[in-house]
Amino acid sequence: MLADFFNYEFLRYTFLTGLLIGIIAPLLGTFIVVRRLSLIADALSHVTLAGIAFGLMMEKLFLITFSPLYSGMFFSVVGSIFIEKLRTVYKTYQELAIPIILSAGVGLSVIFISIANGFNTDLFGYLFGSVSAVSQSDFLLIFIIFIIVVAVVTFFYKELLTLSFDEEHATISGIHTKHIHLLFIVLTSLVIAASMRIVGVLLVSALMTLPVAAAMRIAKGFKQMLFLSILFGEISVIIGIISGYYLSIPPGGTIVMIAVTILLLAIGFKRSRKSQQEMREA
Amino acid sequence: MKEPIITMQNVSFAYQNKLILDGIDFELPKGKFMGLVGPNGGGKTTLIKLILGLLKPDEGNVTLFGESLETFRKRDKIGFVSQKANSFNTGFPATVFEVVSTGLTAKLGYFKFLSKKDKQTILRAIELVDMSDFSSENIGNLSGGQQQRVFIARALVSDPELLILDEPTVGVDQENVKRFYELLHKLNKEQQITILLVTHDTGIMTDYATDVVCLNKTLHFHGNPEEYCSLSDKDLSLFYGHPVSTIAHHS
Repeated sequence: MLADFFNYEFLRYTFLTGLLIGIIAPLLGTFIVVRRLSLIADALSHVTLAGIAFGLMMEKLFLITFSPLYSGMFFSVVGSIFIEKLRTVYKTYQELAIPIILSAGVGLSVIFISIANGFNTDLFGYLFGSVSAVSQSDFLLIFIIFIIVVAVVTFFYKELLTLSFDEEHATISGIHTKHIHLLFIVLTSLVIAASMRIVGVLLVSALMTLPVAAAMRIAKGFKQMLFLSILFGEISVIIGIISGYYLSIPPGGTIVMIAVTILLLAIGFKRSRKSQQEMREA
Repeated sequence: MKEPIITMQNVSFAYQNKLILDGIDFELPKGKFMGLVGPNGGGKTTLIKLILGLLKPDEGNVTLFGESLETFRKRDKIGFVSQKANSFNTGFPATVFEVVSTGLTAKLGYFKFLSKKDKQTILRAIELVDMSDFSSENIGNLSGGQQQRVFIARALVSDPELLILDEPTVGVDQENVKRFYELLHKLNKEQQITILLVTHDTGIMTDYATDVVCLNKTLHFHGNPEEYCSLSDKDLSLFYGHPVSTIAHHS
């Protein structure tokens, strides 16, 4: 059943990319969820869409061809810096930054798309992911992003945990919370750009939050939650890509539905453990 | 006189044109256990924020460990415990060990991992606050009093010389409040940690503190607990700016 994934180059790259984002999306997602910033991923993915639309428009209007991955990534990083700026402008309404950036992203996308008089099926692939979209150069870029993300999270793990748990305490103890936060959000934008080829812009945030939401139900401690999130992310991506390919469904849909299933199982698992405990105590 | 840990000279601070602190002169010598009391809005938390470097004084000087606040960088010499039991995100999925370990982050510096020795330091801090049995428990599963002990361990893990606590017993039940004060007393006597405690429970505080300071925009009183307890309700009303009656406290 897996033979196609070894025989066809495009499937191989998709599969390998899936393995990478199955690690980095939940890895960053863990910090995003505990910091209650889940919607930031959504805002940034919509900005990424604007970047992709921009890339496709350039291709159609001026025949300038480059992988929309680059323009998507560029827009996403710029968007993340804007979110940070807006969060300092609206100090007491920090979540306002999210709808502002999200709607700006969608607005730009609509403009770019209509300037180019609409796109073909390409856009559909960007929205919901595709099993045949990852080229060798895309894969290399995503691999570099993977290395950067894993290295930064490893080296800044204790700062990220400290900041996530208690921002005030982190500031008082002398940690440069602003810099760490900026670094973190730029990483998030990179991961979103890297993930969108496979899960699609509309579903990127799901891969960052659903595995974490499931892990949160059963994990003891932060590190355990991190590893469980990655495990759930990997399971979702692997089963999602394979089933998506054989069922001819964009992998974004299948990956997310597997992640939802895992989440439901985790909630059920916790419930049953709780009721067993109660029965034993009674 | 022992060297002062905190010195404030003529410190004033206004928030949106409202004067909160007016010409505060204040000194906390090494080894003291000082209780800071005063009415709500009297500037207690502002004073703490100035010491922690979260706010800058409009006028006057703040000196920490003999160094001016502007140049003071050895933040790990100060441990801080806030009113967290009430306000922190209780669902945060971290174990007691992980929470306490965050107290070492700044001291270790960037690009450093926890060594075996650091892990032992963390376990010792947990032991000091009597929470060893819970070190791999999620912080959210603990009671308010237990959580507050964990936050003390987090403050202690970087081996501070000064411990600042801002109303740490809010939301902690009476029995544990007493335990909490005994722990502070132990830290002050055995570890020679200087303590500055903002509190409303003046009754129990005066049993343990060495100094009491009363703050309401200006410093109204600075003396030992006996002197504070001998103040008449009339004196106290003057400090607080409204009538006060002392409720007898039996320890």
